[in-house]
Amino acid sequence: MKFTLEIWRQFEDSEEGRFETFKVDGINPDASFLEMLDQLNERLSHEKKRTIAFDSDCREGICGACSLVIDGTPHGPQQVTSCQTYMRDFIDGQTIKVEPFRANTFPVIRDLAVDRGALDRVIQAGGYISTTTGPQPEPNSMPVSPEIQERAMDAAICIGCGACVAACPNGAAMLFTGAKVTHLNILPQGQPERESRVIGMVEQMDQEGFGGCTNYGECSRVCPQEISIDVIGMLNREYRKAKMSKKPKPDRAMTTQ
Amino acid sequence: MTLLDPNIPDGPIDSKWRTWLDQHSLVGPRNRAGKNVIVIGTGLAGSSAAASLGAQGFKVKSFCFQDTPRRAHSIAAQGGINAAKDYANEGDSIHRLFYDTIKGGDFRSREANVWRLAELSANIIDQAVAQGVPFNREYGGSLATRSFGGVLVQRTFYTRGQTGQQLLLGAYSALEHQVAAGNVTVYNRHEMQDVVVIDGEARGVIVRNLITGEIERHAADAVVLASGGYTNVYYLSTNAMGSNVTATWRAHKRGAYFANPCYTQIHPTCIPQTGEYQSKLTLMSESLRNDGRIWVPRKGGDDRPPAEIPDAERYYYLEERYPAFGNLAPRDIASRAAKVVCDDGLGVGGTGRGVFLDFRDAIADQGKDAIERKYGNLFEMYHRITGDDPYETPMMIYPAPHYAMGGLWVDYELQTTIPGLFAIGEANFSDHGANRLGASALMQCLADGYFIAPHTVTNHLAKNHDPVSTSDSAFDQVENDVRGHIQELMDVGGSTSAQAFHREMGHVMLDKCGMSRTAEGLDEALTEVRRIKGEFWSDLRVDPGDEEFNQSLEYANRVSDFFELAELMIQDARRREESCGGHFREEHQTEDGEALRDDDHFAKVTAWEYGGESPVPHDEGLTYNEVKLATRSYK
Repeated sequence: MKFTLEIWRQFEDSEEGRFETFKVDGINPDASFLEMLDQLNERLSHEKKRTIAFDSDCREGICGACSLVIDGTPHGPQQVTSCQTYMRDFIDGQTIKVEPFRANTFPVIRDLAVDRGALDRVIQAGGYISTTTGPQPEPNSMPVSPEIQERAMDAAICIGCGACVAACPNGAAMLFTGAKVTHLNILPQGQPERESRVIGMVEQMDQEGFGGCTNYGECSRVCPQEISIDVIGMLNREYRKAKMSKKPKPDRAMTTQ
Repeated sequence: MTLLDPNIPDGPIDSKWRTWLDQHSLVGPRNRAGKNVIVIGTGLAGSSAAASLGAQGFKVKSFCFQDTPRRAHSIAAQGGINAAKDYANEGDSIHRLFYDTIKGGDFRSREANVWRLAELSANIIDQAVAQGVPFNREYGGSLATRSFGGVLVQRTFYTRGQTGQQLLLGAYSALEHQVAAGNVTVYNRHEMQDVVVIDGEARGVIVRNLITGEIERHAADAVVLASGGYTNVYYLSTNAMGSNVTATWRAHKRGAYFANPCYTQIHPTCIPQTGEYQSKLTLMSESLRNDGRIWVPRKGGDDRPPAEIPDAERYYYLEERYPAFGNLAPRDIASRAAKVVCDDGLGVGGTGRGVFLDFRDAIADQGKDAIERKYGNLFEMYHRITGDDPYETPMMIYPAPHYAMGGLWVDYELQTTIPGLFAIGEANFSDHGANRLGASALMQCLADGYFIAPHTVTNHLAKNHDPVSTSDSAFDQVENDVRGHIQELMDVGGSTSAQAFHREMGHVMLDKCGMSRTAEGLDEALTEVRRIKGEFWSDLRVDPGDEEFNQSLEYANRVSDFFELAELMIQDARRREESCGGHFREEHQTEDGEALRDDDHFAKVTAWEYGGESPVPHDEGLTYNEVKLATRSYK
């Protein structure tokens, strides 16, 4: 197969970027999108030209490193990660536009690689259960019904890629944060910090500059893990309840001994 | 050659770890913030160790080359994690998990370590549940288990087919909790380049900031390597693109011995290769072998659609050769059997390097819904990658490099031959002998990270250390070496990418130092690897600019270490004149093609001291008091 690629080139965040056009030929339809870029990079090396920077690691759809906007859609047309997008999903001879995930909160490092550190900081603000290593209770002393486990798991499978943010016209991270809040807040282990967790994470989202949700639904539509937009409803409910609760709010610093 | 002493505590095997814990030195809570620990890598072992040491109150710096700790390749582990809890009421016990692991490793692992691993296995499940890891549950709400290769009990806990992901996210959340508490600092996109040894002890590292290219110095009272395995030496493997040997290899060059490098695991159930530019192979969880039946047509070149081939003309080779374990034979045996039938011309698929993994009978027996509940996401993944629907037609699978049993030599305290330098998880060699059983990697990483290293590192920290400064001349020297190496890579000025050399070397390694090895083939491999290495150093091209984000330089830097490791692997495979587990020497096999061990000469660990082209082997004798050395049989 052959393709014309219009690829975003940007030396660093402070510099202006532009599209550069490349032609590739002899591409195996079963090659992944990233393998097609590898092949282009090998050729650029040969021509002693600067290769195209992009992130990837596991290349099996689970680590969340790859982060391309392909023809205007984060991760491309198939609602799978960029690395699981195959060239057979495209039409031979087609022009394909390749950009990095775009959001104010994801500064460009180079070309197609961006910095998603803001998502780690949202987790630091409460995306955990404050337990430390040591003797723990016997798990079967706290039964969890398979229905609850399934719901928790449906949210916990988030790979933290940030496609939801890149797809959202507001640059919101509500699907990401909602998934973590849903996972932890519906399990019995998550109850003691239920309120401080959601407040901490929502405040951190605001501080990072993520936008708010106005129900476009683009986030869930591009999510490679197909996380349901219901987690945003859960996030909103949990946040409202926590804010209205009369319970004293422990200082986050006190709970993280 | 010296005999290495693993420093195993005295006493009966079931009280050794307790004895050690009761006697090790402690650091008082007030003094802990003054002690600095560096942890390299944020997979299961690294995240859990950094979080646990941070929670104890030590000052921890955690480094990963990925853009966030949560992307470390533990995330991709699918099937499950073993624990001797006996929830299924089958008479499982610590002893049975211990025995299965020793036997699965073909009697080439250290008894005391494996016992401790089995002993700690149950605590790991408790710890993970407390963190909110959503393990699969039975209808009454109790934890569910299933079976895995090489065992006859159901002791594997799982979260659908994404157990590694959920366990890693648990460890990652514990790590971020400690970041919020101010005990741990995470350095994303930083890659370790070298370890700094002062007065014989590890006292810091040199890292490269991958965004700015800056070379940084970090001092510490202990350094823990949790940097994973080296199977990417084969180029195509189930590892992530970035998985590399640099941290452990550079430590090796500074004096840490490298043990059993030839023990690598080729996993039996992966999606076969399709094209030349393929960059990685995808594993299909071993759990599929619980219900899938593996077969090839009895007649070579039979190109009827699989569904039309009647049972009588199907060769269910694992079930026929290993009736007791059948499709659940251990990985090394299942992989080699696949290779043998394909070598005999019975393979299927475009390349003839494939076998069927068929769910027809399981779907007929249990219904499609039941199969979907167990393996839905794996079936989807297979469908996505290959375009074939495994509910309708059998999967095609073939073995692929997956895991490294070899790694840095460590003693009972997981300390390398450099005092103050520890190696945990896949980076060390310790618990799996010559073959790792399924669902044991997650167990070992977390046992090391949550429950062993936090204590053994404390024991080291309790010794009084003179404060060390990054302006020490040892830092100058190591930094110069690091800069020199990077400069050499920049200066080659050729026109071929590192990936092209890596691919060529990987092909040689898989062919001659993979599932099956011969003295002649290994000798050839050594010559070829050295030739390709020479070409690498004369025609490599990296992008200009070492003081900036430069992925081609990162890659070339890693590949330069893979070349050196490959040479050591070949020499180790050459020296071990026996077959055991994943190391199969064709010269040493039984009449029916099974591995033939030589316990008189090789019931030992080989730990290599760095010596350039002439490394020096040292031995650690393996003594077995709890188990009787026996020929492994799964028939």
